[in-house]
Amino acid sequence: MTRLAIIDYGSGNVRSVQRALEAAANAHEIRLDVLLTDDPDRIRQADRIVLPGVGHYADCAAGLIARTGVTEALNEAVFRSRRPFLGICVGMQLMADVGREDVETRGLGWIPGAVERITPSDPNLPVPHMGWNTLTDMRDHPLFNGLGPEPHVYFVHSYALKAEKRDHVAARCDYGGKFVAAVARDNLFGAQFHPEKSQKAGQLLLANFLRWKP
Amino acid sequence: MLKVRIIPCLDVKDGRTVKGVNFVDLRDAGDPVALARAYDAQGADELCFLDITASHEKRATMIDVVERTADACFMPLTVGGGVRTPEDMVAMLRAGADKVAINTAAVLDPAILTACARKVGSQAVVMAMDVKRVEGGWSVHTHGGRNDTKQDAIAFARRAAELGAGEILLTSMDRDGAKTGYDLDLLRAVRDVVRVPLIASGGAGNVQHMADAVTKGGADAVLAASIFHFGEATVADAKRAIAAAGAPVRITEDA
Repeated sequence: MTRLAIIDYGSGNVRSVQRALEAAANAHEIRLDVLLTDDPDRIRQADRIVLPGVGHYADCAAGLIARTGVTEALNEAVFRSRRPFLGICVGMQLMADVGREDVETRGLGWIPGAVERITPSDPNLPVPHMGWNTLTDMRDHPLFNGLGPEPHVYFVHSYALKAEKRDHVAARCDYGGKFVAAVARDNLFGAQFHPEKSQKAGQLLLANFLRWKP
Repeated sequence: MLKVRIIPCLDVKDGRTVKGVNFVDLRDAGDPVALARAYDAQGADELCFLDITASHEKRATMIDVVERTADACFMPLTVGGGVRTPEDMVAMLRAGADKVAINTAAVLDPAILTACARKVGSQAVVMAMDVKRVEGGWSVHTHGGRNDTKQDAIAFARRAAELGAGEILLTSMDRDGAKTGYDLDLLRAVRDVVRVPLIASGGAGNVQHMADAVTKGGADAVLAASIFHFGEATVADAKRAIAAAGAPVRITEDA
């Protein structure tokens, strides 16, 4: 039985994330016990951690920091206990040093880099970047197993993480220029897209995460 | 490359779909969750639920529909109808919606868009506009199209995007139900002034209309109801027509 903690810090779509993970576990016969929590002790006890996030960077960061001991518990779980970690959308962006959505806000500082507004080279391309787009430049990573080349995944965002280190970039996506669509480092993985909303491709990625042994 | 989205839309009243649906053999064609599953299987890129329940008190029913849909379909879901405050938006997002459409409340007080965007992010805020042709342009209507605000639709769309709407769902009341095609002039006029994604709505009578909305109207997504519900076209038919017109679509193994 895998104990999975989804960090519930008042940001958006925890339920979608939970249901998608449970469905992925079911389909791949993975025994899963999901907990929505902001309790530092429970985060420390979890086998795997998912940090979702929808909305405004500063709000999400404030929501996370406002919960006493959560940041410390996350740091301990991912660095000392080496628990597999998945950040989704703003949850992925929070892995960066800093976010620059309206105001400059500190992130968790796990992936050196900043979160900045996307600026498509074609001024006619709408922002937010919203809809199904393909992953490109995919690194060989266990979470991508079985996804094939250039899978379609669902994006909804106006900001993206500019990673300082190339080897932290797991995949990119082209929208009037390439931006970072996924980051990976040791036991950490972050997706700018929404695997919980990406139908079959998303289900496979989530199942891969649940089986991942970094 | 970003793909054009095909969005089937369901009108929901008191937790049940309103218009009849007969595109697939369903045990209960009035169950929005069953329909959502069917469209999920067809390869729809997104779903839209519009709650036309009259009373605010029955909103809990819609929350339940959204929750059950999100439990069964792992695809993007936009929910609208009766949304007035940032808190209404949060409730829908927590239930499993990805975006929330706001209409009358934001027309009457556009500052709500900023409050909503600040609360949930502009990417989750959809400005749903019901507009009608008038002399020299289009006018914004509220309350399900009953009230004419006499506001210029093009100017309002631009303002809505500036204030925080992350997407415009643009419904032509003149074309809605007429099946004569989307109002391409309207789409083009709004496309020219807003940089957020634009969803064409109202008038789809065949899949060529959908392709036209994209290639001629400049829409990023096309929304349709009866053409899908009555089996006149599948999502895959729509995608083939749009691809044939030269716009990118997401072909799934099911579709």
